[in-house]
Amino acid sequence: MAEIVLETKNITKMFPETIANKNISFNLKKGEIHALLGENGAGKTTLMNMLYGIYMPTNGDIFINGEKVTIKSPLDAIKLGIGMIHQHFMLVETLTVLENIILGLKEYGFIINKKAVKEKLREIENLYGLKVDSDIKVWQTTVGEQQRVEIIKVLFRGANILILDEPTAVLTPQETQGLFKILKRMKDDGKSIVFITHKLEEVMQIADTITVLRKGEVVKTLLKNETTKSELAKLMVGKTTLRDFQKNKKETNEVILNIENLTVYSDKGTKSLKSINLQVKKGEILGIAGISGNGQKELVQTIAGLKKVAKGKIIFNGLNITNKHPRFISRLGINYIPADRLAMGVAPNLSSIDNAIMRRYYRFPLSKKGLMNYKKAFAYTRMMTKAYKIKLDNPFAPIKLLSGGNMQKLILAREILENPKLLIASYPTRGLDIASTQFFRQKLIEIANKGKAVILASEDLDEILSLSDRIAVMYEGSIVGILEAEKADKNTIGLMMTGAKA
Amino acid sequence: MVHHSIYISLLANTIKAGTILLFPTIGEIFSERAGILNLGVEGMMLVGAFIGFIVSYITKNPYLGFIAGVIAGGIASLIHAFISITLRGNQIVSGLALTIFGGGFTTFYGQKWINMTLNNTLPIIKIPILNKIPYIGPIFFNQDLIVYLSYITVFVMWFILYRTTTGLNLRAVGENAKAANAMGISVYKVRYIWTFFGGLLAGAGGAYLTTSYAPFWLDSITAGRGWIAIALVIFAMWDPLKALFGAYLFGGINALQFQLQATGTTIPSAILNMLPYIGTFIVITISSIIVKTKHIKPPKELGIPYIREEK
Repeated sequence: MAEIVLETKNITKMFPETIANKNISFNLKKGEIHALLGENGAGKTTLMNMLYGIYMPTNGDIFINGEKVTIKSPLDAIKLGIGMIHQHFMLVETLTVLENIILGLKEYGFIINKKAVKEKLREIENLYGLKVDSDIKVWQTTVGEQQRVEIIKVLFRGANILILDEPTAVLTPQETQGLFKILKRMKDDGKSIVFITHKLEEVMQIADTITVLRKGEVVKTLLKNETTKSELAKLMVGKTTLRDFQKNKKETNEVILNIENLTVYSDKGTKSLKSINLQVKKGEILGIAGISGNGQKELVQTIAGLKKVAKGKIIFNGLNITNKHPRFISRLGINYIPADRLAMGVAPNLSSIDNAIMRRYYRFPLSKKGLMNYKKAFAYTRMMTKAYKIKLDNPFAPIKLLSGGNMQKLILAREILENPKLLIASYPTRGLDIASTQFFRQKLIEIANKGKAVILASEDLDEILSLSDRIAVMYEGSIVGILEAEKADKNTIGLMMTGAKA
Repeated sequence: MVHHSIYISLLANTIKAGTILLFPTIGEIFSERAGILNLGVEGMMLVGAFIGFIVSYITKNPYLGFIAGVIAGGIASLIHAFISITLRGNQIVSGLALTIFGGGFTTFYGQKWINMTLNNTLPIIKIPILNKIPYIGPIFFNQDLIVYLSYITVFVMWFILYRTTTGLNLRAVGENAKAANAMGISVYKVRYIWTFFGGLLAGAGGAYLTTSYAPFWLDSITAGRGWIAIALVIFAMWDPLKALFGAYLFGGINALQFQLQATGTTIPSAILNMLPYIGTFIVITISSIIVKTKHIKPPKELGIPYIREEK
């Protein structure tokens, strides 16, 4: 049996409001890939942040190579040979790849000895097949390259234990396979890897051992060879059963939204949308796929009236809504669920009530001649929380204190209750547990079934594939192709996301 | 030849007047690169100018006075560092308070020094050989020691910023403090060091003013130069080398204004005194346009307090 390099014993982490981890014991062996599997909010990232010195455990011990350790900061973790690849990359975009790699290191002299650095980079490249151009600035690299930089950074510091937090979330299927190859080479070299994910397929493909977490506790640790996908799914979710969606094919040929030659510039002055042509029909769910940063966000924001159109037209139900005010557009029946909920979905410091009524506070009965009727607002919020199963302990407290999942539910409920003719949903189920995800996906289908339309932009390809009627794939501000969902598969979409024509 | 010597003395004075701006501009560049916006430059310069003046006056040694002014500027900056780094206060408010404090402090304690003049100012030290170069020599190498120190400062600081690990850590903290922290860099330490450095150099600018260029004491003797330095940081796009041009450009306006007043022009002095500020408007407008088209951005973390995640 291989030696244990990392062990946690009864780790508990309490935050003021919640217990994020409860009595977690788990161990990592030399040369294995250990998957930490669980839904969003199961406590995977919290656990790993304790191993990397970002949080301190409330209770419990951590052992590295059999020795008890206290990890107070990332620096301590690095010294113990632990490296973490965060879900949101920790890179300084204006610095070069090389500069990012040696950041914080003292071994390469006061005046940076680039030759020595490059020599070591070549060694790592030869060992693990990790190749990057070290002289370009990070902002010029792709997301896949940035992830490689993160991995190199960790290896460069001699890490033997690598923690990867949802590493495939931003990758195309092809890039994911590339990552897996690298991980296998590292494993063969004797490195130990913790792989945090909620994707069952990836676990079955790459992991040796699997520890399932649910609600902050370890449910079970199993060997990959002795388990199945459905067993893992049951462990992960608990009692809830998964069901398939029923879609009545009600798609018509009546166009509700017509986008012609749409060109939009980014804040940096570059084109973020290049002559887009797109039609949305009544009764359909149109998926928009693409690696983040390829224009999906700009497209949906432009339809919602949040970005200025430089060229082209947007016609909604025969009415030209190009460069109209966002409220005008929403009153016409286009509602928008933004992807970044804290930045755009809510006003974080306002109460849950204020946020819940944001779409209608200025209308009767919630206000009359400019005066708010808070009794009605409260009643409306109560109705919303009940109908959409939102857990709201204190509706008067700032909404930023809600959990991400509950906040997302409130945003979804707020927009759906406006009874939109066209609902634009950006990554609508981010941060929701499986039961709520199912609930809201069902809602989206109901909207389409009623003869209305939905635009679904998501980074989750599975979500897009299971809900959409048609899928538009974007790459560098253009639509590379539009596929019928029945004929589409992950592989084709993945290729198109990197610019290949359909 | 008479005309030539007028131009040469104007340009030599340009360098001197520019040096007063160059030090604080470099200092503010480094402070901002670490993510700390310090609007207290004017206040720190005043403190440096005042302490520099009285120490020179008492010891009769302008070098001692200059050093004392530098240190005084550094100490003043620690107030801002404490409020904005440790207490995570609002950097704009804290910086403005520092400027107001500097003004009040020097006005109050400076009352009895008003209109006093230094007899020993910084002596001119000619650099052998180099000062014989036509035009260049008398302008650049016929100056006092502090001017030479400023030349060295620009190039050394440029080198540190772009070629050393120290500069790399600094840039990382100003662009993405969280990422820097994840790589084991102490964000607080880096910010304290460079905010203090900014204070030292603001003090240097002030002290150079009263130990060389204007060796007497008046209320608000810096006359808004601290604010011009802050504008020059944008003009320089946070690059020490470009700061050199900006500082000399404004030094030139100062010197010209001075020379015109000395030769008795018909232009009212109030108009002449306005020149540097009109120049500031023009320069900021132009550089803002350049910055926008070239996509040069201020350090991303500028003005944002760093909070380590709760443990």
